[in-house]
Amino acid sequence: MTNSHHPGTDVGEPDLSVQLGSISLSNPILVASGTFGAGREGSNFIDVSKLGGIIVKSMTLNPWKGKPTPRMTETPSGMLNAIGIQNKGVDHFLAEDLPWLMKREATVFASIAGNTVEEFVRVADKLRTGARGIAGVEVNISCPNLEDRNNMFSHSTTSTAAVVEGVKKALPRVPVFPKLSPNVTSLPEIASAALEAGADGLSLINTVFGMAIDIETRRPKLAGTMGGLSGPAIRPIAVRAVHEVHRAFPHVPLIGQGGVADATDALELMLAGASAVAVGTMNFVNPRSARDICAGISTYMKTHRLTDLSELVGALKLED
Amino acid sequence: MAMMMATGEVLGHKKYGEHYHSLTIVAPDIGERVKPGQFVNIRCGEDRSNILRRPFSVYRVHKRGGWASTIEIVFDLQGPGTRYLSQLRGHSIVDLIGPLGRGFALPKRRAHCLLVGGGIGAAPLFFLADELRNEGHRVDVILGARNSGLLLNQIDARRLASVCRITTEDGSAGDNGRVTDILDETIEKCQTEVIYTCGPHPMLDAVTKVAVSHRIPVQVAVEELMACGYGVCMTCVMPLRKPVKTTKESSKKDGGAGEEDAFVYARSCTEGPVFNGAHVIFNGTPDLVSDVELAPAGTPIRQSPIGDLDDELAPPGN
Repeated sequence: MTNSHHPGTDVGEPDLSVQLGSISLSNPILVASGTFGAGREGSNFIDVSKLGGIIVKSMTLNPWKGKPTPRMTETPSGMLNAIGIQNKGVDHFLAEDLPWLMKREATVFASIAGNTVEEFVRVADKLRTGARGIAGVEVNISCPNLEDRNNMFSHSTTSTAAVVEGVKKALPRVPVFPKLSPNVTSLPEIASAALEAGADGLSLINTVFGMAIDIETRRPKLAGTMGGLSGPAIRPIAVRAVHEVHRAFPHVPLIGQGGVADATDALELMLAGASAVAVGTMNFVNPRSARDICAGISTYMKTHRLTDLSELVGALKLED
Repeated sequence: MAMMMATGEVLGHKKYGEHYHSLTIVAPDIGERVKPGQFVNIRCGEDRSNILRRPFSVYRVHKRGGWASTIEIVFDLQGPGTRYLSQLRGHSIVDLIGPLGRGFALPKRRAHCLLVGGGIGAAPLFFLADELRNEGHRVDVILGARNSGLLLNQIDARRLASVCRITTEDGSAGDNGRVTDILDETIEKCQTEVIYTCGPHPMLDAVTKVAVSHRIPVQVAVEELMACGYGVCMTCVMPLRKPVKTTKESSKKDGGAGEEDAFVYARSCTEGPVFNGAHVIFNGTPDLVSDVELAPAGTPIRQSPIGDLDDELAPPGN
């Protein structure tokens, strides 16, 4: 809590704006789905209009109750969760959350989820008619806490393509970013299937499948047995995933996420190829993370005399 | 909501008995606003091996105006977070978020209040006792623990209470047994009108059952694992019975169709940590819970001094 710089209105402050494909963002730092609700709670601490964007908690066709407790356990440099997308459904988002966010001039990314392709498409249909003004849609085909874990959509090229194609058909004019799982043999293959099915960009990565056991009770620490690992522990996996996909598809806009805690972490993902970076678990610890990261990027730009952040995207140097 | 991030300065560290550590923190903005039952979420160092904040209910508050009000928290050593905090001394800086959650609803007219605390869970009840006494209510206390070393500040409990009873499971202090062994007689003796309780779930469950059998309102403060503390992570949820609509007579008949809607998961950090005990489904997955002998929500309560508890459970507007 020392020397925290505020991105001020001083003249001479660097311009942090970036392009995420066709989307113009005032800065590259988003808040990740499921870590900032729909902005209301976090607005006690931060001005939601100053976020590069808010990827809201995933919404489903009908309200979902979520999984039993315990839903969370802390692990080294991170946490495991099995929440099961507890949410009030797409209708609640359209009636309550979106108008609230729009009124505050937030840049909104909807995140959609479902147990079947049809559920995804029906949520997307509702967004087409009801969600004017959203910047983009993240398609959560990689949540590790669905009913049928053996059939995570983003674990197969065919089901990835099926969801993306259906969603894209329902939302032809909205940029669509499937969120992919790192738990696959070949990420570029899944990415390729998503892009061929019409994805405008990709979001990398969702949590990493994990598990923890209480040795006294011999029971899993999560009621859901397995869960998603997040936090700084997974950042190197995110960097690898972004790098791998950016190398394979250099012109595809990527949202990089996974364990970002400070400006250094965000810049690392940008160098690997992300045009925008979402901060997730750290929002729990510091609800002003996004603001603090922007301040850090600003300092970096001044130190390195950068005027355009897009110069950094994919600027990783390999063997020279 | 009035929650905020604040930088506090440790005024002092001390111990209560062998087990419990106390930190008094100068945090005027939080100290002036916090209500009994609310909590603060404290960052335990900058290092990234244990990143999550730790939630602590506020044990005591000393309001000294806008520049020096302090809050006091108590804790036992449970892991690296509490170990870190136990090593802080005067002038150490702490990063805290608060005040968080919905605290205890205080009686709207003079009432006989019984506070039942288990182990370290008694912490928020001391702050509550101070406030209740300030408002002229009668305060009685039952403190329970496994052994005398785990009783939190017996001396102050005796000072604050008209009647103070102690139970330990090994008989090393007070009555041998559990708080619920003496709850009935204490309620009758003290003519208790409202019960406030905090401690482990089995105790909250047992205290709630006794309170309901006496038709006394019971407010329970839960201590759940949480990642954020301010309402976004959805990890700290408690299953609550959905308030039964008196207009509908459907749910009793078919367990099948009604089952899906028999409970909701409410966030302990924002809708709680204080709940109407009669609404909480303790211990275990909700579908295993039969409709125990708890009065359904909305049952008229004898001489209810708190007012409409259902109102207290409505989700926050913002």
